[in-house]
Amino acid sequence: MDILKQIAENLRQGNDKKVLELTKQAIKQKIPSKEILDNGLIAGMNVIGEKFKAHEIFLPDVLLAARAMYAGMDELKPILIKERVPTIGKVVIGTVQGDLHDIGKNLVGIMLKGAGFEVIDLGNDVSPERFIEVAKKENARVIGMSALLTTTMLGMKKVIDLLNKQSLSGEIKTIIGGAPVSEEFAREIGADAYGYDSTSAVECVKKLIKIS
Amino acid sequence: MRPVVKFLEDELIERIISEARDILCKLGVEIHNKDILSMLRDYGAKVEPNKYHVFLTEDIIDRALKTAPGSFNLYDVLGYETHNFSGFNVYFTPGSTALNILDYETEKIRRPTTTDYINYTKVVSRLENIASQSTAFIPADVTEKISDSYRLYLSLLYCEKPVVTGSFTIQAFNIMKDLQLVVRGTKEELAKKPLTIFSCCPTSPLKWSDVTSQNVLDCALYSIPVEYISMPLSGFMAPVTLVGTLVQHTAETLSGLVISQLTNPGTPVLYGGSPAIFDVRYETTPTGAVETQMIDCAYNEIGKYLGLPTQAYISLSDSKQFDAQAGLESSMGATLAALAGINNISGPGMLDFESCQSLEKLVLDNEICGTTLRLIKGIEPREDFPSLPRFKELLKEKHLLISEHTLRYLREEHYFPGAVIDRANRARWLEEGGLTLCERAHREIKRVIKEYKPSKLPDEIKGELTRLMEDEARRYGMDSLPSRL
Repeated sequence: MDILKQIAENLRQGNDKKVLELTKQAIKQKIPSKEILDNGLIAGMNVIGEKFKAHEIFLPDVLLAARAMYAGMDELKPILIKERVPTIGKVVIGTVQGDLHDIGKNLVGIMLKGAGFEVIDLGNDVSPERFIEVAKKENARVIGMSALLTTTMLGMKKVIDLLNKQSLSGEIKTIIGGAPVSEEFAREIGADAYGYDSTSAVECVKKLIKIS
Repeated sequence: MRPVVKFLEDELIERIISEARDILCKLGVEIHNKDILSMLRDYGAKVEPNKYHVFLTEDIIDRALKTAPGSFNLYDVLGYETHNFSGFNVYFTPGSTALNILDYETEKIRRPTTTDYINYTKVVSRLENIASQSTAFIPADVTEKISDSYRLYLSLLYCEKPVVTGSFTIQAFNIMKDLQLVVRGTKEELAKKPLTIFSCCPTSPLKWSDVTSQNVLDCALYSIPVEYISMPLSGFMAPVTLVGTLVQHTAETLSGLVISQLTNPGTPVLYGGSPAIFDVRYETTPTGAVETQMIDCAYNEIGKYLGLPTQAYISLSDSKQFDAQAGLESSMGATLAALAGINNISGPGMLDFESCQSLEKLVLDNEICGTTLRLIKGIEPREDFPSLPRFKELLKEKHLLISEHTLRYLREEHYFPGAVIDRANRARWLEEGGLTLCERAHREIKRVIKEYKPSKLPDEIKGELTRLMEDEARRYGMDSLPSRL
């Protein structure tokens, strides 16, 4: 089996040690880093996403695969940077101001990284200004906001309003999620997307930056 | 600790048994079968000539109790063990012998066909929480003279699981026994590895018809397990109180035990039944009533006290549709039955006072069964102590989704229901079609029928089964059996 297929296969099985070893081998064989990324690591993760959606595997299997993906990525990243291979996109995520609930947001972060995104996690209780400041500085294409409380979810609107005010809403897309929010709420406040769980969040982000 | 529900104190159980024995000895029981009466006479029972009435003796009852096995196993058509009826082991089997099925498209009942029955066997073969088949309904496209054996034939042909069944006539026992002999090879092998259980029903109060008593006797001669299905109706054909009903159930079941054990000591039996309260408003016998289910659990305690494995028709509903009442009654029954440790729990799929099977309900009930099977595994520590290391890990990693402990115990600790049970959030549920329970169940049926893999029973045995069944059909005036395409 060709080495990239082996990477994808071992990633599917959540075998991080093997993925790391194979990624090292692939680099040694002078396979272009973008090919290792696209046809090895991300190819494996795509299959995982489909299987999870079809209820064939469970969340822990996805996370194990994501861990294997990171193992390969850590090895590959310096080369990608050196060769100026662009990542598929940067996403800034965080729980909005006044809210300390970050379980859902963390899960979205893991899944986004698993799908090959560069994720900047601002943690919880993040002010609207900070979301935008970091997104601008990092050249992020998407801001992902999470809230668990009906009282804090209104903070999402503040971020979107501020983006509009700074005329950034075309460049920086927004996605929201969390127990109290919905598709309708997303429309109401002018968010670009609503993710109902971590898998749907990844799909939405891909659509927002038009990579699928 | 396995959770257990109990309704009767030992002292009350002893009193109920003693009263039941008293009834059998002093009031006697009607058995419309001369061979059995003659056998009982030989054992010292007083038989009233020309009245089919026999007064049992304490000695006869003791003898039967002494030889009845405290446990037995069932084996599938390939000879693999599937059931160990003992202690508090619990197995589910579909409700048996419905006249109708509930049609998904029309939402109306109709008489089932061969195709319906084959689809049923294909579905049952894939339901992992349903341990055996039952001959769940009666195909109406064959003469009724063979409708009992024909069900068994189709079951043995299409599904590997053992079968809970029964014959409608004395004559039909022969072919039903022969079909089993074809699968097992010899009488000895069939006795060693039981393949079916025959339901045999006394008539309340305290009567055995010629057919049902002969069935008990014939099964005993071939060591085919029998489940006694005594059906006292509280307030109508039995005392209105639950204890009074239990006395009658005990007497009727003990009388059946006597027939099998004196015929062939050691014949496997299940201390079973389908009693019910009588609803004096509607003149019906609700199987989903809580009192009915309490009687079931309680007679199971009596059976266990006597050292016998047990059975009950309990996880079913009287609703006419696949609706919330169907789920409520079946679920309550299954839960109580599992907690009570009823060994063979009959009912899944059944609606409308045991008269209507629904494949959609059967698929839902499979999930109810899975849930109760998880329930009775109880709560056990699994590398939970000392707790400190795990909580250190949690605080460090921020989650335990891929902790070794999670990966090791996830599937043991959490039961994952199939696609019938909706656990998606609303947005995902909508995205996946926003299907109702019935639609999801129907989709599952279509999926499992499509994925059906034929039984691994060798082709020559399948051929021999078909030859036997065709002969039987011809004997009763049918030129051929319905097409199975």
